[in-house]
Amino acid sequence: MPVTINIPSYLATFANGQRSVKVAASPANVSDALEALWKLHPALRDRVVDEQNQVRQHINVFVGDECIRFAQGLATTVPDGAEIMIVPAVSGG
Amino acid sequence: MPSVQHVSPKKGDVLVLVGTMKGAFVLTADRGRKKWKVGGPYSIGSPVYAMAYDNRQGRHRLWWATQSFRWGTFLSSSDDFGKTATQPETYSVKFPAESGLTLKNIWQLNLPAGEPDTLYCGVEPSCLFVSRDAGQSWTPVEGMLNHPHRAQWQPGGGGLCLHTIVPHPANHNSMIIAMSTGGCYRTDDGGKTWKPRNVGVRVQFMPEKYPEFGQCVHKIARAAGKPERLYLQNHWGLYRSDDNGDTWKDIAKNVPSDFGFCMAGHPHDSETAYIVPIESDEYRCTPEGKLRVYRTRNGGGSWEPLSGGLPQKNALETVLRDSMSTDSMDPAGVYFGTRSGKVYGSHDEGKSWQLIQEGLPPVVCVKTGIVGDGAGASPQRRGGTEKGKKKPATKSAGKKSRRK
Repeated sequence: MPVTINIPSYLATFANGQRSVKVAASPANVSDALEALWKLHPALRDRVVDEQNQVRQHINVFVGDECIRFAQGLATTVPDGAEIMIVPAVSGG
Repeated sequence: MPSVQHVSPKKGDVLVLVGTMKGAFVLTADRGRKKWKVGGPYSIGSPVYAMAYDNRQGRHRLWWATQSFRWGTFLSSSDDFGKTATQPETYSVKFPAESGLTLKNIWQLNLPAGEPDTLYCGVEPSCLFVSRDAGQSWTPVEGMLNHPHRAQWQPGGGGLCLHTIVPHPANHNSMIIAMSTGGCYRTDDGGKTWKPRNVGVRVQFMPEKYPEFGQCVHKIARAAGKPERLYLQNHWGLYRSDDNGDTWKDIAKNVPSDFGFCMAGHPHDSETAYIVPIESDEYRCTPEGKLRVYRTRNGGGSWEPLSGGLPQKNALETVLRDSMSTDSMDPAGVYFGTRSGKVYGSHDEGKSWQLIQEGLPPVVCVKTGIVGDGAGASPQRRGGTEKGKKKPATKSAGKKSRRK
């Protein structure tokens, strides 16, 4: 089953206005899922990950209810048909 | 969200670009510089530490750097003074993955005269980037990226940033930069190698008072018409160099404090420079609660306070390193912004001051420009896009900007 990636409203601007993107292939982990997302919407990449391919400090990525920071990071397993959420963290000043 | 206002300056008008911790503003006035209009904010909610106006080769392009807490740091440009702006698909200023570095902020944009398609930016962590195609693509300057001192540079209070870029006006292979901390470095071979240029500049936060490098230089300004002369505001200390940075001479005489951040040179007079002394590196406010600009008109031989129109009671202000600039008019205009969100300007070289705008977020950048030919008209409106050149980008989410 395809994986669904939900993205915040700011990023939807760079994904043809979509708040939810389905990735057809079955990615093994979050890294693969995001790579598939970048292929569909390349402008999302630099906004979510930095030059070292790390999720930016004030962005959280969840697989289901699990924040990948407290799992295996980008290597976190993505179950078939899972929902991934990219969420701006509480930050600013 | 605040409503965004736009300005439409005309040829010959003066621009004061104000970067704040919550967005960018564009202030504009006619040559008299008494009545100001305010455009912005642009990049609402994000710090904007670097701005520039490119009027070379008939452009009228604003550049600014957005440091989004969430989405990273990127450059935007606008050919209509902010009404529309580029939204880059991929960020143009990035460290190579193999460097192990990640971009935190862009602190400075510089547009060298005589090289109309060249732009430089100074970034955090300290590095210099260059664009040779009018800002479309950027690469790190290898000699700075791979500098053997890199591991020994330490961040100051604002981070490890390359915040000042001063090209030599007559020699395109020569440039001096400043970083905090690290000090001044100069290249004479187009960026291949960089040598520390801090002889005579003291430090008070290391056992060795005059190290080869490691100084916390806050700002350098090159003297107009005398390119080998530079002025320097240090983290404690005011200096002048008459040999393009090879050696520095202490010029801190009759100032209430030689600590400060900002420094600006006069646009026409090599003997004149401006500073705003700050009481100490712990207190970091204007001495005695008086907001005073200090000016030298004899190359740092002496300094005089300029306070006409500036508050002289309870003015606990701070003017940061990039928050002062002069325009190129005659008489020269001088401008500065405070951490309390006020922008002051003088249209008579500092004799009198006017509160141009208040209530802004903390000001971290003040730059100037004079609107050149073609102001207010896009290339299409001036007669269409030139054959063979790509259309200038307007607001184009997800589209890569391609324009010169």
